[in-house]
Amino acid sequence: MVSSYRGYRAPQGMLSWALHRLTGLGVLLFLFLHIIDIFLVGYGPELFDDLLFIYHHPAFVVGQIALIASVYYHAANGIRIILVDFWSNGYKYERQLFYGAMTVFFIAFIPTATIMIMALLDEL
Amino acid sequence: MQVQFRIERFNPDQDTKPWFGEYTVDVEPTDRVLDALNLIKWRQDGTLTFRRSCAHGVCGSDAMRINGRNRLACKELVRDYGSKITIEPMLGFRVIKDLVVDMEDFFASYRTLQPYLVNDEPPGVGRERLQTPEEREIFDDTTKCIMCGACTTACPITWTNEDFLGPAAIVNAHRFIYDSRDHGANERLDVLNSKSGVWRCRTIFNCTEACPRGIEVTRAIEQIKRTLLTGE
Ligand code: HEM
Ligand code: SF4
Ligand code: FES
Repeated sequence: MVSSYRGYRAPQGMLSWALHRLTGLGVLLFLFLHIIDIFLVGYGPELFDDLLFIYHHPAFVVGQIALIASVYYHAANGIRIILVDFWSNGYKYERQLFYGAMTVFFIAFIPTATIMIMALLDEL
Repeated sequence: MQVQFRIERFNPDQDTKPWFGEYTVDVEPTDRVLDALNLIKWRQDGTLTFRRSCAHGVCGSDAMRINGRNRLACKELVRDYGSKITIEPMLGFRVIKDLVVDMEDFFASYRTLQPYLVNDEPPGVGRERLQTPEEREIFDDTTKCIMCGACTTACPITWTNEDFLGPAAIVNAHRFIYDSRDHGANERLDVLNSKSGVWRCRTIFNCTEACPRGIEVTRAIEQIKRTLLTGE
């Protein structure tokens, strides 16, 4: 088989999968970053504190908001995938479960994002 | 009505890469996309190459991407698409010419799963192997497959993973695994439990969306995953 991807008009199921993989890999990237910064504590608290400014930089805070969005989406849609896998009627409600997951996502994300954006504006 | 067709063309003897041919045809709204392709081939450009045989959705020859999704050209009415229609070959297979793709690997995957009755014992009374309607019902959905390839080439996993057996092969394994007359389930399940088997499926549902026979493809794959986990 020769891969010749040019275009498939994505149904909603394909979008939810692409986002799941994207957010999964995005969260993994942040996890690596976090392992590195915790590792640096071994070189003394001063070094760690000196580098904390990176975490307060507005660009990084925006990144953190994206991280939260990714975790929320990945978790909500992860539950949907688990239901499709283990509940024998799950396949029938795949689409409804996706809309449910998106509802959960927004209910969780909007307040969190509001708090984070307010805090960011306060610091500026 | 007038319909503008954009059709992906590729002749390996002449072209280095695929290109789009444009054709305008006069068709009835109730004509099928296949009728329009025939008109183009017969009246405008005889070199346009595509497979079709039954023209009634039973042989599985004419699966292709119509406006970006896998469909049988003989089952789609022009009026459901409007005045602009784009036709491309199925994804993931080598293009032999225009809309004709090489499906050897597709059938090879199918054959690894013994898509036939496996049972060495002699049949019972009256030379028939009896089965209750309830036993038949369990695999009814997957008996409807016509091996068109729409599901397999709609699946993003098959576009990048050459080893994945693909939805169509799994559907046809499902057809026999849950048949009370068949004894080959364990061998098929072993193949499906391997790296190239059902665990490659990420429940994307593109296969189910594409199947022209309305088979619940993802459901069949998920049922096999659960059988592998629970033994039921
Ligand atoms: C926070 C750390 C997490 C990371 C780094 C992570 C990462 C990933 C990655 C990379 C995949 C592979 C996606 C694919 O192959 O398409 C994945 C799949 C999955 N994740 Fe996560 N995940 C995390 C948390 C979660 C949580 C909290 C849940 C559910 C509550 C979850 C549920 C799932 C499920 C069900 C899959 C399988 C999806 C599939 O088969 O396509 N994950 N995860
Ligand atoms: S399951 Fe449906 S889409 Fe897949 S090969 Fe069979 S008929 Fe075609
Ligand atoms: S030509 Fe036979 S299925 Fe379309």
